[in-house]
Amino acid sequence: MKEQDTNKNKLSISGLPGRHGGISAEKPKNSGQAILRLWKYLSKQKILILVILVLLLINIATTLTGSYLLRPIINKYIIPHNVPGLIDMVFLLFGIYVIGVIAGIFQNRLMIIVAQKTVNMIRADLFNKLQSLPLKFFDTHNHGDLMSRFTNDVDNISDLLNTSVLQLFTSGITLAGIFMLMIYISPLLTLVTLIIVPVMLWVAALIIKKSKAFFTTQQSALGNLNGYVEEMITGQKVVKVFCYEGNTETAFEKLNYDLRNKATQAQLYSGVMMPVIQNLNTINFALTAILGGLLAVLRGFDLGGLAAFLQYSRQFGRPVNEISSQYNNLQAGLAGAERIFEIMDEIPEIADAPDAIVLNTIKGNVQFKNVSFGYDTSKTVLKDISLDVKAGQKIAFVGSTGAGKTTIMNLLPRFYDILSGEITIDGINIQKIKRSSLRRLLAIVLQDTHLFTASVMENIRYGRLAATDEEVIAACTLAGANTFIQQLPKGYHTILKKDGGNLSQGQRQLLNIARATVSKPVILIMDEATSSIDTRTEQTIQKGMDQLMQDRTSFVIAHRLSTVRNADEIIVLENGLITERGNHDALLAKKGKYYDLYNAQFD
Amino acid sequence: MRKYFPFFLTYKKALILAPLLVIIDVFCEIVQPELMSKIVDTGVGQKNLSYIYQTGGIMVLLSLVAIAANIGNIYYSSHASVGFAAELRKGMFSKIQEFSFSDLDRFSSASLTTRITNDINILQEVIMMSLRLLIRAPLMLLFAVVIAVRINAGLASIIAVAIPVLAITIYVILRRGLPFFEKMQKKLDQVNGVIQENLINVRVIKSFVREDFEERKFSFTNNELRKIAVKASGTVVLIMPVMQLVMNISIVAIVWFGGNKIISGTFQVGQLMSFITYITQILMSLMMLSMTIMAFSRAEASSERVLEILNTKPTIVDSITAKEKNVQVTRGKVEFKNVCFKYHAEGSEYILKNISFTIAPGKTVAIIGATGSAKSTLIQLIPRLYNVSSGNIWIDDMDINDYTLKNLRTGVNLILQQNELFSGTIKQNLKWGNATASDKDIITAAKYAQAHDFIMAFPEQYETVLGQSGVNLSGGQKQRLCIARAILRKPVVLILDDSTSAVDVATEAKIRASFNQYLQKTTTIITAQRISSIQSADQIILLDHGEIIGNGTHGELIKTNTVYHEIYASQQLQKGTVR
Repeated sequence: MKEQDTNKNKLSISGLPGRHGGISAEKPKNSGQAILRLWKYLSKQKILILVILVLLLINIATTLTGSYLLRPIINKYIIPHNVPGLIDMVFLLFGIYVIGVIAGIFQNRLMIIVAQKTVNMIRADLFNKLQSLPLKFFDTHNHGDLMSRFTNDVDNISDLLNTSVLQLFTSGITLAGIFMLMIYISPLLTLVTLIIVPVMLWVAALIIKKSKAFFTTQQSALGNLNGYVEEMITGQKVVKVFCYEGNTETAFEKLNYDLRNKATQAQLYSGVMMPVIQNLNTINFALTAILGGLLAVLRGFDLGGLAAFLQYSRQFGRPVNEISSQYNNLQAGLAGAERIFEIMDEIPEIADAPDAIVLNTIKGNVQFKNVSFGYDTSKTVLKDISLDVKAGQKIAFVGSTGAGKTTIMNLLPRFYDILSGEITIDGINIQKIKRSSLRRLLAIVLQDTHLFTASVMENIRYGRLAATDEEVIAACTLAGANTFIQQLPKGYHTILKKDGGNLSQGQRQLLNIARATVSKPVILIMDEATSSIDTRTEQTIQKGMDQLMQDRTSFVIAHRLSTVRNADEIIVLENGLITERGNHDALLAKKGKYYDLYNAQFD
Repeated sequence: MRKYFPFFLTYKKALILAPLLVIIDVFCEIVQPELMSKIVDTGVGQKNLSYIYQTGGIMVLLSLVAIAANIGNIYYSSHASVGFAAELRKGMFSKIQEFSFSDLDRFSSASLTTRITNDINILQEVIMMSLRLLIRAPLMLLFAVVIAVRINAGLASIIAVAIPVLAITIYVILRRGLPFFEKMQKKLDQVNGVIQENLINVRVIKSFVREDFEERKFSFTNNELRKIAVKASGTVVLIMPVMQLVMNISIVAIVWFGGNKIISGTFQVGQLMSFITYITQILMSLMMLSMTIMAFSRAEASSERVLEILNTKPTIVDSITAKEKNVQVTRGKVEFKNVCFKYHAEGSEYILKNISFTIAPGKTVAIIGATGSAKSTLIQLIPRLYNVSSGNIWIDDMDINDYTLKNLRTGVNLILQQNELFSGTIKQNLKWGNATASDKDIITAAKYAQAHDFIMAFPEQYETVLGQSGVNLSGGQKQRLCIARAILRKPVVLILDDSTSAVDVATEAKIRASFNQYLQKTTTIITAQRISSIQSADQIILLDHGEIIGNGTHGELIKTNTVYHEIYASQQLQKGTVR
């Protein structure tokens, strides 16, 4: 059963329509391709795999030989009453079995080492791949879906390698081995098995087909129910406020019973497979016993041979069952591998131009020259934006939601590349600068205040890994965060849990500002960075903020217009176009959109 | 366990029939080797062909019976287990519907969802398994032992040695291995935690160019996970070879002792063959049993999580007086009398302290204060989303505890800060406010909430589908729909908790204006941070760290209240020279 993903993704900064990918049915599109790529990982441990294969063959051989030895033991020693010979045979049997078990132990343990190493590599490659992907990828992919590739899909691969592969090989080789030995002992008696096996396979195929169909319908019923439950439980408070409990229960009940009916069928078909195959094998055993008995009586078939043969015919059911049950895991694992490789094949951030330069010191002059941009080429979100910002200036962007303020700020660090126009820093086109070098010059403070599970100190130091404790504390003091950090149980060494859940939104914003401060950027971008800080606190940290922005080129986006008043230039954006620009007083005097927005605040 | 009985009730028949059919199956299965040995010893030994046909016929017949019994067993056990799961889910869901806000806060919504989906699935699987294996394995074991003893009690003493040896080894391996699995799970959670944070923080990572740093961090936890996983699986994987070893040694012993007995004439070849089969059967059953028990112990955690929900007593329920009186809220007078509140009874500090105030019907009241002043907490007490810790809240001169929750919440509607819309069309969502609202009512409400224009801009207008498969709304649009939904309810008291935070200022002003115009008779309570947006309210309550430090009109407060003046000044200062 697919694990329901409970990690809700609530991040959609750019406002792009998210891709809500449901997990498709468990079936690889191209098994060969997936196997080939998995093999690339496995082949890095070729020698170990070869060893495992040898051990596996030894293990199977000992099991089969052990059963076969019954024949000479009965024929040559027990029936002719040869006790010393029997002793030898018993020791031989014992020796063979011990070798088998030793091989088995090593084979299993080695396989786990190989499997875990492979899973480890796949996980690391997937993670590292993610680091190289452009922001667009994260804005257009559902986080829950990405997470499920790391959890469910990697799990499936892990299961596949840990047990399924080995089981499939063992079962397949065992079946072949048993079959050959059966023919060797008595081709005539093998006829029974030859008749029953197709029946078994036919029944298995029939059941698998049916059960697959029912599982698909069960899965969709389960999806409906889970979706409903998740939605209603997330919105439970709204349900209460509107006294909607009764309605929700009725709707739930319908989905619930629908799932019950479909799940019962799915369970029935999937459950019936193993025992029925087993029973069919018992019939095989019975028929073999009859025919074997007849052959012994009429044609003098040796008793030892019959004993060994019956032993094999009893063992026949297990590998058949094993193969049919591992088949599902195989499919799930390969489908998971495919989904993982799909991410690995994503196109990474376009490489830096070969002549891209590294900037170490810059002044901070920023220019936008007729910049146009759209998330997809057919729809431009920003049209003909031109800015000329001198080093150390403060530029503010205002405008209603969706006007394109955040989008502009995505362009400067090259999270997205522009469609036309040019952006320069100190006169150098940013496309000519190494991305890492460009981003090191900038610091961005966002409205969404995400922190890492680590101490406060480490979280701030994320801005500049080499920052000393003193520098971190200084940055926090500047951002007005020092006071509350001191009050935390362990001060700067308090571990922030789950995205800083033990802090208020406002406090987290202060930490974000401190993190940006410590990175000593030349250019500072603040996107609604103080939206959750109340006006009184904002006033108290104003001095620090001013100090932070001093001598830095800063870009500020704010909902609260009081924050942007002292900007050198205020840009009013409307539908991706600059409609007004100028300083606060000039814009007010103009009595345009800015004037309206500003006054609406003080109605 | 007893707690689960009611959920089984509907499926009593299936629950009894499933194990009975297993017994039949086990019987049919277990006599096969013995019949086979008779074919060899009696049939072949005495060259009795008809005996071979007869006995073989019985074997085939029994197998057919076993197939039928098995199908029956699976049929009934899937009915019982799936049915049980459905009833349990229903019970849990209804229980959650009874939960109060504090119950909901206690369990996160993600955790509730997992319990109702994953945990119940695990229980279902265990029930399905028990109805078959938990009965089949011990029964098989028992039957096989009995038959083996009957065939030859002396040889059966090998079983007496093999069973405890295998049982103890399995136990020791699991004892050693299972703690590793717990550790592995924790490490796995850590790895996933790093990935999750990485995804959420992608902008931060990219802007600080910390990709390499993240890769190193991940590689460290990832390698730790690998080490512990190898240890965990490496231990448990020993079970199979060990079982193989015990089984094979037993076979060797049977061949030796059995062979000698045959030589001395007290045993027969067929019997030797069946004996080998029985000992295999016995040890396999033992393995099966231990696996089932393992599955059980794994399901225990799920069961605990499920029971925790079922055993929760909802904290807010209708009192008997409330049901008898069955009074509706009509005028909208709201009074707080010495209300104190804390979220957890055992918490030391009150979040709201001695709150007393009166709001006259039809007035617009603003509650103002900084973040953390407990504004949201205060207003959530009015529709009894939380129970007060001490003191009383009266509406229309009656304690809110004397209203049924339905009547109270129909009269008092709160627009929550974290609001939710549900999948479905815009119209369906708005109808949450009033299921019988006409299209005209819906449009009017949407107009008041300044939502009509953007709704009409969608190609499907009011039929636009929201949610997973539909359009994504902006935060401001969502908030406006929530306001429209609340207006449709025509509450006597309407509470807005920072409900326009994502709406731009100009639109917010329009919403305010339409409230003043159309909702005159409605008592309106608004929380805010900005004085400018609530200046014109009939009454302003100033909250600071859970205490009322000012109550009056803007004009009064600005003169008498220093804190209020301070806040006002701070906001005015920023406002600058205009006006």
